[in-house]
Amino acid sequence: MSELARPPVEPVLPAPVWPMLRLQALAQARIFWRTPALSIVSLLLPIMLFVFFGLPNASTPYLPGVTLGTYMLASFAAYAVASTMVFGFGVTLALARGQRIDVLMRSTPLPGSIYMLARAVAALGFGLLSLVALYAVAIVAAGIRLGPDVWIEMTLWMLLGAIPFIFFGFFIAYATSPSSAPAVANMVFLVMAFASGLFVRLDQLPDFLATIAPYMPTYHYAQLAWASIGAPSQPVSTSVAWLVGYSVVFFALALWAYRRDARRRFG
Amino acid sequence: MPTPAGGAPVVEMAGVRKLYGEVEALRGVDLRIEAGEVVAVLGPNGAGKTTAISLLLGLRAPTEGTVRLFGRPPEDRRARTRRGAMLQESGVPTNLTVGELVDMFRSFYPASLRRDDAIGMAGLADKAKSQAGTLSGGQLQRLYFALAVCGNPEALFLDEPTVGMDVAARHAFLDSIAEYGRQGRTIVLTTHVMDEADALADRIVVIAKGRIIADDTPQGIKSRAAGKRVRFRTPDSIEPGSLAALPVTGVSISGGEVSFLSGAPEPVLAELFRRGIAIEELEVGGADLEDAFLALTGPDGPTCGGSRGPDPAATVTDEATR
Repeated sequence: MSELARPPVEPVLPAPVWPMLRLQALAQARIFWRTPALSIVSLLLPIMLFVFFGLPNASTPYLPGVTLGTYMLASFAAYAVASTMVFGFGVTLALARGQRIDVLMRSTPLPGSIYMLARAVAALGFGLLSLVALYAVAIVAAGIRLGPDVWIEMTLWMLLGAIPFIFFGFFIAYATSPSSAPAVANMVFLVMAFASGLFVRLDQLPDFLATIAPYMPTYHYAQLAWASIGAPSQPVSTSVAWLVGYSVVFFALALWAYRRDARRRFG
Repeated sequence: MPTPAGGAPVVEMAGVRKLYGEVEALRGVDLRIEAGEVVAVLGPNGAGKTTAISLLLGLRAPTEGTVRLFGRPPEDRRARTRRGAMLQESGVPTNLTVGELVDMFRSFYPASLRRDDAIGMAGLADKAKSQAGTLSGGQLQRLYFALAVCGNPEALFLDEPTVGMDVAARHAFLDSIAEYGRQGRTIVLTTHVMDEADALADRIVVIAKGRIIADDTPQGIKSRAAGKRVRFRTPDSIEPGSLAALPVTGVSISGGEVSFLSGAPEPVLAELFRRGIAIEELEVGGADLEDAFLALTGPDGPTCGGSRGPDPAATVTDEATR
């Protein structure tokens, strides 16, 4: 063992943050990828839903210059990324808490903020992957053609607008018990998505759902996707304002739940 | 023994009390550990060992008193960067491989060991590509050890490190820990196994019911055992209470087998003969560390270190709030 480096002498500076973040995000991506119950659902479910709801009438004109297929593609793009945040960030965080991996991480010098940021980066990476997979199916199976600027605009809006859903997942992960988090996340998110016209478009929603739709975070998020293809029902600034508001609310709730958990388990 | 730069001891606990709700897990602990010491914190389950380690690692906050690690609050990143830890109740992502986990943990420290060195020290070279979920209990403990040492920290905190290991694996594992200690590192480990403490540590801190009741070298602890261990068989029935007036501790009576510790075995035996108790297969031998431990922590409470008054709570659990 004589070849081992000698222990460092004071002052010990903390390790640089960038390699920490990179390796942590890579590890989270691997954990998610190797949990098929989460990764398969995240990547394939939006595609399956698009095939069921969007493909049959893909070339039917819906709005001036927008086919039903394109409209549904935008809807499921929003569904794909938002659900990846809720499951890829929130549910995996709840599982890590249930397996007491958070205790292990707390025993290391890793700052909690880097741990959370790395998880968000990994989830956004999978969000991007789910978008690309959905686009490929839309192009190949539904023959949807959009300009490169439209594809890029939609992708950027979806990744940027996903932030409130990261906080939502964070909140669910710490507000519920680890075993009930997947069920709670599933139920709340599915209802939210349905009531926002992601599966059944807004003009076909039952009246009471159409009334509550404009209060859903998923509704304002999907507006960004619909705006990218030229079919929004409100100005982009309105959607952004709502999403910023939801981010603040979900972050505050997440912080409250996180601190409550920390007081109980680490106080 | 190397002196730490800046003069701060590795560990400093002063007047530390810890309550979980109504339960008092630590009742006023003072402890100072200097750089290079290998210290075993010994005590029965529920004595407060895990609580003490959790406080030192910043995983729990004291209700009263101060805890310092390298002269800083234990949750300070500069303090955390200088120590590695092996916990009793933590989980590991089951679908990452040993190598991936070690690489991840190396990134937390400024001057880490090479990956293969860390894995080799833990005796997991042939498991580097295995996912953590496929490891046996003992292998998992060694993975936690690899994660604790891979940052090449100055101090190691090991909470019951040999839990779940068979005898052979345990010996090899204890050797790895001892080797790390010989390189001038500070090691603090908790255990409820006497020979582990005896084999590894140059200082033993005995903790019971939330208090430090002895703090000495293994030799010193052994010498505190009340003289001799007396064992015999008898066909007569003996009530444990009937021995209460005699200078004995660590009494155990089961199935006609009687055993106790005493600093004055001769008058005790004379009294038993006088009572007409038939004594067979009599053995009188020197007390070992286990006897010392029993004498210190036995049902009669501490037998040395002065009177500490009655204990208000009968049992204390480390994880009372879980």
